[in-house]
Amino acid sequence: MLREELSSAQLGTEKRGWLREGFSNLMESRNFLGFLLIIPAEAILFIFLAYPFILGLWLGFTDTLVGRKGEFIGFENYASLLKDSTFWLTTYNTFLYTIVAVLFKAILGFALAIVLNREFKAKGLMRAIILLPWIIPTALSAIAFWWLYDSTFSAISWSLIKMGLMNHRIDFLGDPTNARISLIVANIWRGIPFFTIGLLAGLQTIDPTLYEAAVIDGAGSWKRFRRITLPLILPLMAVITTFSTIWTFGDFQLVWVITKGGPANATHLFGTLSFQRAIPGGHFGEGAAISNFILPILILCVLITFKFLRRED
Amino acid sequence: MYESFWQKFIKFYLPLVIFVIFLLFPFYWMFNTSLKPMKELYNLKLNPFYVHTPTLENVKTLLFDTIFIRWMYNTFFVAILSTAISLGASLLAAYAIQRLKFKTSGPTGLAIFFGYLIPPTILFIPLATIIFNLKLWDSLWSLVLVYPTFLIPFCTWLLMGYFKSIPKEMEECAMIDGASRLRVFWRIVIPLSLPGIFSAGIFAFTLSWNEFLYALVFISTTESKTVPIGLVTELVRGDVYHWGPLMTGALLASVPVALVYSFFVEHYVAGLTGALKE
Repeated sequence: MLREELSSAQLGTEKRGWLREGFSNLMESRNFLGFLLIIPAEAILFIFLAYPFILGLWLGFTDTLVGRKGEFIGFENYASLLKDSTFWLTTYNTFLYTIVAVLFKAILGFALAIVLNREFKAKGLMRAIILLPWIIPTALSAIAFWWLYDSTFSAISWSLIKMGLMNHRIDFLGDPTNARISLIVANIWRGIPFFTIGLLAGLQTIDPTLYEAAVIDGAGSWKRFRRITLPLILPLMAVITTFSTIWTFGDFQLVWVITKGGPANATHLFGTLSFQRAIPGGHFGEGAAISNFILPILILCVLITFKFLRRED
Repeated sequence: MYESFWQKFIKFYLPLVIFVIFLLFPFYWMFNTSLKPMKELYNLKLNPFYVHTPTLENVKTLLFDTIFIRWMYNTFFVAILSTAISLGASLLAAYAIQRLKFKTSGPTGLAIFFGYLIPPTILFIPLATIIFNLKLWDSLWSLVLVYPTFLIPFCTWLLMGYFKSIPKEMEECAMIDGASRLRVFWRIVIPLSLPGIFSAGIFAFTLSWNEFLYALVFISTTESKTVPIGLVTELVRGDVYHWGPLMTGALLASVPVALVYSFFVEHYVAGLTGALKE
């Protein structure tokens, strides 16, 4: 009796031991463990990123409204958008906003990086200060810009009048051109730090002996910049510019907080127009179709980044 | 290369001062406006760059007449939870992709990287339908679940770069001594990459603190709003702008990110540049 019990107990531990061994063998397998560890990240990204991405493509082909399942209507949303003058104005705005803002951000950000690329006492502090526009919530700094752009109480108008440079207040957000410029300036303000800090890190990796050798060979400062700095920084510049282009093209909050797309739809971007049509307007299908116009630019940017990343390898 | 004072002035001090004034001016403006009483804000005769009769009236209005504290709490709740979820998932994923090199680790890493590039503007409409179907509409949990979609790709990418810098030999030694892979991960890889985990955490926290679009779309009840949404939607009623409290709120809501950031600025910069170079 006793012996039997004992042996069955032994058998049990042996069985468990076998299981445990199998389990730990499995845990040592790169493939099994790899797949296991990646599950949490993949699950979240699949449900809330990949699936909505596909769903968004589909919604663009439907007449879905808030709270009502839509039906497949083919290219109807796209066809009606192409006939919609607000949509064309938005397309124009989005390209204008992106091209001008990214160009200025790149030039000014690079200029500031070059200025900072030397040894001085408060370098750390300076870097911290310069990053502030980037880390402070955009919606909140947009509020400050909004108040600065006020048609009556703007401090900018006040100073210009006091300095005698102007005799009337500027209608920053009431006039389409002024409103576009105002938004672009706010976007440039926010984006400079990203370029500066990224490019500064790149500039610091350039070997100083290259410059010394160039000086000995009699190269002036422009030539040193043109022949050493520029070619060495270009791949990094391309990656940073691509990121910035994607973010600027898909921008939402600056415009939504400052102008809500106005005056008379003059400053809508794809993001704000699709929000307006889908959330307050309730037309999910149409909204999705509008935001899908961001995709071609996104894909182009991804291909460019991919090319540069590959080349760096 | 000797520089005279004037050369240095033109090439360094002058541009630096101009840039710093441009970059800091909106913050000065928030601060300046937050201290002004209503009367002074709307008095065109006074110099707007100077506060003539400083007051804390705006702080009082913000704290007692709005539920600003509640919005701050909501934002903290969402930022802390989504950061924790993202860090956990990213640590495992980054280790699997970078160190285990399992069969499809290359394509998986690339797919996660591209996930980072998809702007929320493309995703918010389909996500709204998903959140609605999950019955998470108007709940802070919707944000806790959705924010990892941009936090995980970023953190994973950053941590992959960090893991790369840990010498493989250390892991191999421990494994020869009989430690299992998971033990190596827990006892060697994680402690060695704490600075990287830290950078990723700070980054994730500020990113979720700053998020705007998803919070604007998914949350509609005043009590459930996050700080940026609460300020922008509740303090502007029709044509009435409460500029004083609005600026005070913008300033106070920026304080947590600014604090986190100023204490760990080195980690932050390392994170940003590390992610770019990867």
